[in-house]
Amino acid sequence: MEKFKTIHSQFVPLAIEHVDTDQIIPARFLKATDRLGFGENLFRDWRYYSNGKPIEGFVLNDTQYSGQILVAGQNFGCGSSREHAAWAIADAGFRVVISSFFADIFKNNALNNGLLPVQVSEKFLKKIFLLGNQATLTIDLEKQTVQIDATGETTHFDINPYKKTCLINGFDDIDFLLSLKDKIAAYETARR
Amino acid sequence: MPKTLFEKIWDNHIVHTVPNGPEVLYIDTHFIHEVTSPQAFDGLAKRGIDVFRKKQIVATADHNVPTLNQHLPIKDRLSRMQVDKLIENCHKNDIELYGLGHPYQGIVHVIGPELGVTQPGMTIVCGDSHTSTHGAFGSIAFGIGTSEVEMVMATQCLLQTKPKLMRITIDGILPKGVVSKDLILYIIAQISASGATGYFVEYAGSAIRALSMEARMTICNMSIEMGARGGLIAPDETTFEYLKGRKFAPQGADWTKKLAQWRELHSDSGAKFDLELHMDAADIAPMITYGTNPGMGIKINAKIPSLASMPSESEQKNLLKSLKYMGLQPDMALEGHPVQHVFIGSCTNARIEDLRQVAALVRGKKKAAGVHVFIVPGSKQVEEQAIREGLDKIFAEAGFQLRQPGCSACLGMNEDKIPAGEYCIATSNRNFEGRQGAGARTLLASPMTAAAAALTGRVTDVRTLLN
Ligand code: SF4
Repeated sequence: MEKFKTIHSQFVPLAIEHVDTDQIIPARFLKATDRLGFGENLFRDWRYYSNGKPIEGFVLNDTQYSGQILVAGQNFGCGSSREHAAWAIADAGFRVVISSFFADIFKNNALNNGLLPVQVSEKFLKKIFLLGNQATLTIDLEKQTVQIDATGETTHFDINPYKKTCLINGFDDIDFLLSLKDKIAAYETARR
Repeated sequence: MPKTLFEKIWDNHIVHTVPNGPEVLYIDTHFIHEVTSPQAFDGLAKRGIDVFRKKQIVATADHNVPTLNQHLPIKDRLSRMQVDKLIENCHKNDIELYGLGHPYQGIVHVIGPELGVTQPGMTIVCGDSHTSTHGAFGSIAFGIGTSEVEMVMATQCLLQTKPKLMRITIDGILPKGVVSKDLILYIIAQISASGATGYFVEYAGSAIRALSMEARMTICNMSIEMGARGGLIAPDETTFEYLKGRKFAPQGADWTKKLAQWRELHSDSGAKFDLELHMDAADIAPMITYGTNPGMGIKINAKIPSLASMPSESEQKNLLKSLKYMGLQPDMALEGHPVQHVFIGSCTNARIEDLRQVAALVRGKKKAAGVHVFIVPGSKQVEEQAIREGLDKIFAEAGFQLRQPGCSACLGMNEDKIPAGEYCIATSNRNFEGRQGAGARTLLASPMTAAAAALTGRVTDVRTLLN
């Protein structure tokens, strides 16, 4: 996994609540057997007509918005456990998703792919949505803060300390679990 | 100290606690299917490691498979590749696969219980959110992502933080025509599609105790639809009766020993939950959804909520966005609304009991003209049982199509899709935009309500057909 460094970037505002993983990546695009290329179909049915023409007005098609941060309404990533949703967002170049509330499985999937879910208050989220299209945010994982650069206003976010270390160092859970194999085998024997 | 059912199982599976961090949880059983496993197998190969406990994995092909002519090669190239990849991966790694053509093939959450692989007190995972279904047996069962599938394949463990615990107690007797699907749709409508996020839910109370295993599975299955990690129900005589004699259930002395352990699996009196809710079964009616998340449900004879009843501006916006997609209006009645498709299937409602309920209602009757009705059994064993009982003939006479097992129109990964703009009453679990095909409009309901709609061609209160 790539090491997570402080992100300073514009953002893409997706002011929709309950964005489910079927919207993030519809089931018909889950047929690949590797992890790459899902970004093309990110938010497919909101982004393109069935003939492939871009839907004007959808935020990913709006050139005034850019950046590595996706900002979305509450209960982001609900529904199916498909990790393809996190892959699609990461594959499209995002490193951070900000929302006031995340579905559990999505949060885990994102963290396992170096995509940082940042949960902020409903009030702070509103503030971000009201910023202009040139505004930038700074996400400092070390300090666990999100800053609105124009005003310097900052808020804190929570992250499991173990996950934080993994992201900063680019480790993943499997490396860690593999180091415990003897312990796991001992557990199995003890239970038998 | 008194413990909850969840804590008893959880504590029994902790291998190690990371200081200040998550716990290393041992996984007893791991189900896999073709869609969320290929990248995990690849990951293992890249790391140059083997599957750790091959015998604790059970594989099936369900999401992508056709539901007609399963003896022929899969037409869709990408679907075929995914299914072939699963066969190859299972073969190479010596993993038991109940693939197409196998008498045990079916939707992963249907076959686990019917084979007796799913048992009380276990930890069970699968790269699929509806793994919560298996909680009906008093196990901790939850869906995971593909990276986690890889972790379990590599080490039979997962890093997990203990969730908060909620208990929902439903007492009383369900009215006539009201089944467990209505009960869970009612619960989700009460607490919303995100109301249980961060929680694991235990269902209790006399209304739950009275349910069959099939009905309990429907309840636990949809726990994820209110945001919960999973749901579980304490095992009891109904559970033991169901499991006894099943293919992979313990036998002989082993059974007696296990039974004694399983009887300890209940929340002790005085055990603490982070949240407790109580509901009355008598208040529940046949339910139906009108919107694009499973929390948007109403009693079938109620009206769609009005804009004024929405507590906030953002919820008004959500309602309008959903109703626009659905082609419906605030404050309108759904009863009598025409439907073009009826889908009876999915891991929520494609077990033998569901098919029996439908057959009992439609025996000797015919579907309404212009409605396309298809029943997709949850597994090969369900399909064969239905044929043994003659349900296939009842369905054929009614003009219902009985297909072969798979996920089918639950998620529209194979060719079973609902055309854009058309309405489908579905017994599945998700009514998200495009879930059953781009532009498809899904109304979630029980098998009884679906069968009623098949007969009338409209959203119908099944109680008007029962006498
Ligand atoms: S039937 Fe539907 S919900 Fe169940 S496992 Fe298949 S796709 Fe998922």
